[in-house]
Amino acid sequence: MTAALDLVALLGRTVLGLLRALGQVSLFAAEALSHLVRPPFFLRQFARHFVEIAYFSLPVVALTALFTGMVLALQSYVGFARFNAESAIASVVVLSVTRELGPVLAGLMVAGRIGAAMAAEIGTMRVTDQIDALTTLSTDPMKYLVAPRLLAGTLALPLLVLIADILGVMGGFLVGVLKLGFVPQTFLSNAWDILQPMDVISGLVKAAVFGFVIALMGCWCGYASRGGAQGVGQATTRAVVAASILILAFDYLLTAAFFS
Amino acid sequence: MSATPRIRLRGLRKAFGAKQVLDGVDLDVVAGHSTVVLGGSGSGKSVTIKCILGLLSPDEGLIEVDGQDVTRMSRAERAALLDRTGMLFQNGALFDSLPVWENVCFKLLAQKRVTRAQARDVAAEALAQVGLAATVGELSPAELSGGMQKRVALARAIAARPDIIFFDEPTTGLDPIMGAVIDGLIVDCVRRLGATALSITHDMASARRIGDTAAMIHKGRIVWSGPAETLGHTGNAMVDQFANGEREGPIQMELRR
Ligand SMILES: Nc1ncnc2c1ncn2[C@@H]1O[C@H](COP(=O)(O)OP(=O)(O)OP(=O)(O)O)[C@@H](O)[C@H]1O
Ligand SMILES: [Mg+2]
Repeated sequence: MTAALDLVALLGRTVLGLLRALGQVSLFAAEALSHLVRPPFFLRQFARHFVEIAYFSLPVVALTALFTGMVLALQSYVGFARFNAESAIASVVVLSVTRELGPVLAGLMVAGRIGAAMAAEIGTMRVTDQIDALTTLSTDPMKYLVAPRLLAGTLALPLLVLIADILGVMGGFLVGVLKLGFVPQTFLSNAWDILQPMDVISGLVKAAVFGFVIALMGCWCGYASRGGAQGVGQATTRAVVAASILILAFDYLLTAAFFS
Repeated sequence: MSATPRIRLRGLRKAFGAKQVLDGVDLDVVAGHSTVVLGGSGSGKSVTIKCILGLLSPDEGLIEVDGQDVTRMSRAERAALLDRTGMLFQNGALFDSLPVWENVCFKLLAQKRVTRAQARDVAAEALAQVGLAATVGELSPAELSGGMQKRVALARAIAARPDIIFFDEPTTGLDPIMGAVIDGLIVDCVRRLGATALSITHDMASARRIGDTAAMIHKGRIVWSGPAETLGHTGNAMVDQFANGEREGPIQMELRR
C-alpha cells in the first residue's frame, strides 16, 4: 500500500517538476522574444551565431543527408523489387527526405553541435560571473546572449534543411542511377511529379521550429547552470537530450498538423 | 557630512540553503568617500556587493542607494543605476569571446558613447592607466596572466567613469609595486573624479592607502567600522588581530589541530 502511494507521489512530483520547468522555459522564451522587437539589436552577435549554425554545420548536415538519401534508395529497392514497384523509389526518397528525414536528421545533428556549444558557452559565462558582468555593464544578458541565438537558430536551420533536401535527393539519385540502373530522366521526373510545394514547406517550417527549440534549450540550460565545470557539463548534456526529445515530439505534432 | 549616505544597508540578511551568510549587515557608504570592507575568507563580502548591485536578492533587509530602495526599483530605474555604476569582479569576469579592447570599452559601446572606430584608442588609454601596453588590447583575455586579467577588468570597471564603484579585491594577484599603482588609480577615481568607492581587500597596506573608512565583517555582521588609518591599532581586538594577521585572538579559525 505504502509502496503504491510512494509511486503515486513520485509520479506527482515528476509531473509537477515537468510543469514547473515548462513554465520557466516559456517565461524565458517570452522574455527573450520580447527583446527581438525592442532595440538595441546586437546584429554582430546574430551574425556570429548564424554563421556558426548555418555555415559550420553544413559539412555534417550535408554528409548526413547524402548518405540518408543513398541508404533510402538502396533499402527501398530491396523491398519494392519484390512487388515490381521499383518506380516508386524516387517518390519514396524525395518525400521521406523533404517531409521527414531532412528536417529531423539535420535537427538532431545541429542539436548535438550547436545546442551543446550554446549551453557550454553560456554556462561557463554564468559560473564565471560573466553574465552578472554584462548586467553591470549596461547590457541585458537576455538581449545580448539569448535573443540573437534564438533568431539565428530559427533562421539558419531552414536554410540548412533546404540544402539537406537537395543533397538527400541527390544521394538517392546517385544510387538509383549508378547502382540500380535507373534512367536519370525517369528518376528525376518520377521525383518531380510526386513532389508538392507543401512537402518542402512543411519541412522548412519544421526546421524553423527545431532551430528555435535547439537554441532555446542550449540557452536555457546554460543560463540555469550552477556550480563550476561539473554544472556546465550537466547543462550541456541536458541541453542536447532535451532538444533531441523535443525535436522528435514536435516532429510528430507538426506532421499531424500538416498532413491530417 | 551629507545627510543621506550614498549606500545604506540595514539588517541585510542572506542565506544559501541552511547557511546564513549575511546576518543583519548595517553599513553606510558616504558619498565621495572610499570605504574598504575587511573580513575573513567566506565571510560574505562578495555576497554583500552582489546584493547591492541586485545580482543576488537578499532574504531580508534594506538596501538604499541615494535614498532609493534597490530591491523595489523598476527595471528602468535599476538600469539607470547600473549605468552609473562600475564593478570589478573578484575573478575578473572578462568576456573571453571578445578581445581585450572590446572588453574595456564594453560599457561605452553599449551606451553608444564611443564608436567602434574610436574604441581601440579609448581602450589603449584605459590600459595605459593600469600599466598595460596598447598591444594587449588585441589579445584575448585567455592569453593574459592572472594579474593582467585583473588589471584589464579594473580598466573595464572604470572606463565609463562611473560615480559608484565596487572593487572586489582589486590588488590580489598583483606584485607589490603594481598593487600600489592600482591603489593610486582607485584613490584617483575617488579624489579627482568624485566617485564613491566600496572596496573589498585583504591587503592592509592597500586598505590604509585607498580607504577613508574601513569596516569589518565577521559572522554575517559588521563588527567594527572606523577610519582606515587606524587599522592595526583600533582598540577592537578582533580588527587588530585581523589587521596584524595574528593567530591568537578572538577570531578562531575553524581548523582541526
Ligand atoms: N551562489 C552561491 N551559492 C551558494 N553559496 C554561496 C554562493 N555565493 C556565495 N556562497 C557562500 O557564501 C559565503 C560567502 O561568500 P563570499 O563570496 O561573499 O565570500 P567572501 O567574503 O567574498 O570571501 P573571499 O574573501 O574568499 O572572496 C561562502 O561561504 C560561500 O560558500
Ligand atoms: Mg569574495
